[in-house]
Amino acid sequence: MTVAQDPAAPIAVPVQPDQARIARHERLRLLGRSPTFLIGCLLAGTWIVCALFGPLIAPHSPEFPDVLNKLVGPSGEHLFGTDRLGRDVLSRVIVGARAVLIVAPLATLLGTVLGTALGLITGFYGGIVDEVIMRIVDAVLAVPLIIIALLAIVALGPSRLTLILVIGFVFSPIIAKTVRAAVLGEAQLEYVQAARLRNERSPYVMFAEILPNVMGPVIVEFTVRLGYAIFAVATLSFLGFGADPSIPDWGQDISQHYQFISGGVWWPVLFPSLAIATLIVGINLIADAIAQTFER
Amino acid sequence: MTTDPAIELEGLEVVYRVRGTDRSVLRGVTLTIGRGESFGLVGESGCGKTTTAFTIMRYLPRNGRVVSGSIRVNGEDLLAMGEGGVRRLRATTLSMVYQNPGSALNPSIRVGPQVAEAFELIGAHKGEARDRALQMLTKVQISDPARVMRRYPHQLSGGMQQRVVIAMALAKDPTLLILDEPTTGLDATVEAEVLDLVLALRQEFGTSVLFISHNLAVIAKMCERVGVLYAGTVVEEGPADQVFRDPRHPYTVGLLRCIPRRGVRKDETPLDTIPGFLPRIGALIPGCVFEPRCGLAQEICRAEEPPLYPLGDGRFSRCHFHEKAHLLPRTAPSELKTARHANGVPILELANAGKTYRQEGQEIQALRDISLEIRSGEVLGLVGESGSGKTTLARVLLGLTAPDAGSEVVLEGNPLAGRVEKRSDDQVSAIQVVFQNPDGALNRRFSVKRIIGRALTKLRGLRGSERDNRTKELAQAVRFDESLLAARPSQLSGGLKQRVAIARAFAGDPRIVLCDEPTSALDVSVQAAILNLLAELQAEEGVTYLFISHDLGVVRYISDRIAVLYLGRVMEVGSSETVFNPPHHPYTEALLSAVPTLGGEEKERIRLEGEIPSAAEPPSGCVFHTRCPRFLGDICVNEEPPLEEVESGHFMRCHIPIDELRRLQSAEHDELAKPVAGA
Repeated sequence: MTVAQDPAAPIAVPVQPDQARIARHERLRLLGRSPTFLIGCLLAGTWIVCALFGPLIAPHSPEFPDVLNKLVGPSGEHLFGTDRLGRDVLSRVIVGARAVLIVAPLATLLGTVLGTALGLITGFYGGIVDEVIMRIVDAVLAVPLIIIALLAIVALGPSRLTLILVIGFVFSPIIAKTVRAAVLGEAQLEYVQAARLRNERSPYVMFAEILPNVMGPVIVEFTVRLGYAIFAVATLSFLGFGADPSIPDWGQDISQHYQFISGGVWWPVLFPSLAIATLIVGINLIADAIAQTFER
Repeated sequence: MTTDPAIELEGLEVVYRVRGTDRSVLRGVTLTIGRGESFGLVGESGCGKTTTAFTIMRYLPRNGRVVSGSIRVNGEDLLAMGEGGVRRLRATTLSMVYQNPGSALNPSIRVGPQVAEAFELIGAHKGEARDRALQMLTKVQISDPARVMRRYPHQLSGGMQQRVVIAMALAKDPTLLILDEPTTGLDATVEAEVLDLVLALRQEFGTSVLFISHNLAVIAKMCERVGVLYAGTVVEEGPADQVFRDPRHPYTVGLLRCIPRRGVRKDETPLDTIPGFLPRIGALIPGCVFEPRCGLAQEICRAEEPPLYPLGDGRFSRCHFHEKAHLLPRTAPSELKTARHANGVPILELANAGKTYRQEGQEIQALRDISLEIRSGEVLGLVGESGSGKTTLARVLLGLTAPDAGSEVVLEGNPLAGRVEKRSDDQVSAIQVVFQNPDGALNRRFSVKRIIGRALTKLRGLRGSERDNRTKELAQAVRFDESLLAARPSQLSGGLKQRVAIARAFAGDPRIVLCDEPTSALDVSVQAAILNLLAELQAEEGVTYLFISHDLGVVRYISDRIAVLYLGRVMEVGSSETVFNPPHHPYTEALLSAVPTLGGEEKERIRLEGEIPSAAEPPSGCVFHTRCPRFLGDICVNEEPPLEEVESGHFMRCHIPIDELRRLQSAEHDELAKPVAGA
């Protein structure tokens, strides 16, 4: 009997295609075929184009007051009619996308970064750190968004930056909770113990070892929160806490015209409202589609 | 047994549709199970055992499809049946018991109603169903069934849960009972009880059984006939004792050789392995499915698929050279690379070590009064049922869990801090670990190179090309192909992943490596290769191992000394031979007796009553007295025996004098010493 091979050496090493990469491709392919995702992209994409190229697309200047044609209903000249100052509603809706689409994504990004960091810290350390931070988080969640926002805007003065900070700050606890749950599952795994057994510093373990493994929930959470952020931005500007009253803004336009509805003037309110609704629906459809592919 | 079989599978071919292409999983499975017969299906993971069971139950996943072949249950064609017929069959004729009883039971329904439901399904009224559920629970030997019926599944132990599942499966008096790895998650002592129960019930009910397991010894104990499944094909079939004594297919021969045999030790001979890998699901195989891994393969094997050769006595083999299957070349290198480094100097010592967890006001003593030394260059095996504190002990040594105040952990004469964060860099790299589950132990987002490289950077301070060179050396040392260093863990098989984990453990030139069940998640052929690797690495590097395993065969093969743990206490310590040969502690005796063996005649088993008590309320006196088969009397209840040196180097915690134990256990010694046939 001769020795055929070294038993420990595999005779043929089966190189399986990278499962992670396949999963990623598969996810993209599924997304590409999902009608939910495509409709969402169509809706949200339209508004992104408006935000980027608004002044070029808009048929009229959003600021030009046609004083002779105030509050004129939809017509061939003004498809969405004019507002109380005689400005073209269609143009204001198109250009107004920019205000929302700058503030909301940045605020969501801030909230996601902050919330992910909090979730990693609480989930990783556990114990007293977890208790203290999570109780603060609960306290923040207990206060309505609007109240915090009003306080901050009064204190800091209305500006885009204030809006971004306030919404980002208020959203971070919710994101922290989701991320914390995912981190708790990961922290049980032995690779985290293995890291401790080579004297890794905690930040390395949290951000280099664990974070890449919880990116799925983080991405889903980002898209979901983005929808809420758009709503929050619109609400605040409706209440008069918008970034800048001189810039066309959906929420602000609605607030300035809703008292005319009783007089049968519905167009300056309906069209900005529809804009908000379609953008949020679009973002939520995308969020749903992404969450579904991660759940598979 | 009548001539009319309970179930017949013929030429069963099943495919899974993955990314638009059909991939065959079963490549023509033919088998027949007679009435009242128990048929075992063995094979490594991925061979199609569970797919076979699911096909019979018509539970194939959505992307699974039967391409050809037939299944006849009581003569009825199962595959031609409509959904209604299948449901009727599942309600009355077919039963299945799954591997994990915890998820087979509905967690929100009490045990009583849940079992009664099985009777209601076959037409019993509520009250009657309840009575019959009670009877059935009594039959599966659940003590105090009335009380158990009021409990929720999670309040029962794994062994009890599996009994409940079996009770439900037998409620309808099925024609065929499919058991899919029913004891794989259970401790050896509990496994033995459940297996005995299945044997007894089978006699009582006359049910046909399809018993699926990767454990050959379990199949040998449970089944009359056995089919060996490889890559979706039954490669050998026949009466269990004959197949295991005189295997006629090279795969069966190889599988049997992978198992550490009684009395064989690492410094005598390395284990045989089966080189190569299982063909991938859906691979096209023109010839024999086993040809790429077979040491006997000839030209004909590549070209021509072997038919099922009848060998008489109801035996079949799918091998062109079935007559010379036993001539399969040994794969183990003939020369011994192992050398003993053990010099008797303690490298790691524990004194009065304890670990108490506090949970909801209760104190749980996971470890108590552990005094133990690990000697330089030896392998200390650590055995005990789950809940005995094996893993807690490892965590304390590693510094992942701080021991109670007053515990002493001493490394080479220097006391170790309780937590790894407080230990010196040298102390941290001195003690490393190989975890049980390589999937969890390796970060799935990192490449192998990064995993090993990071350990080298942190533990040895290596960077740049120095680190890359050392990474390659380590990969070589664990027989890991360099070309795979860029791969991520998900691209690797279980055995390869474990090699990466071992390479990482050796990155910092450790003096002690703790192996926490390093082969339990692996198939036997892979297990053999990993055990060989660990033995070789020890010979080359001169490291010390603390080897934790529930598999006594493996522990005996690899260990120089063995410590037996029960409820956080050391019950017995001694050299491997001393512990495995009488006189042993009654607990060790019971553990050994619970393990089914291949080929050995069934010996009278020493039963352990009930399950391991809760560490929150340990029994008084000797903690083992509640289950002890050699219970003496009041002294055991009232007084905890000390761990005493009963012979030179042999420590035991028992009131029974050593000579008395020797006399009591001498009868069984002859059995234990017998080598296992068929190897």
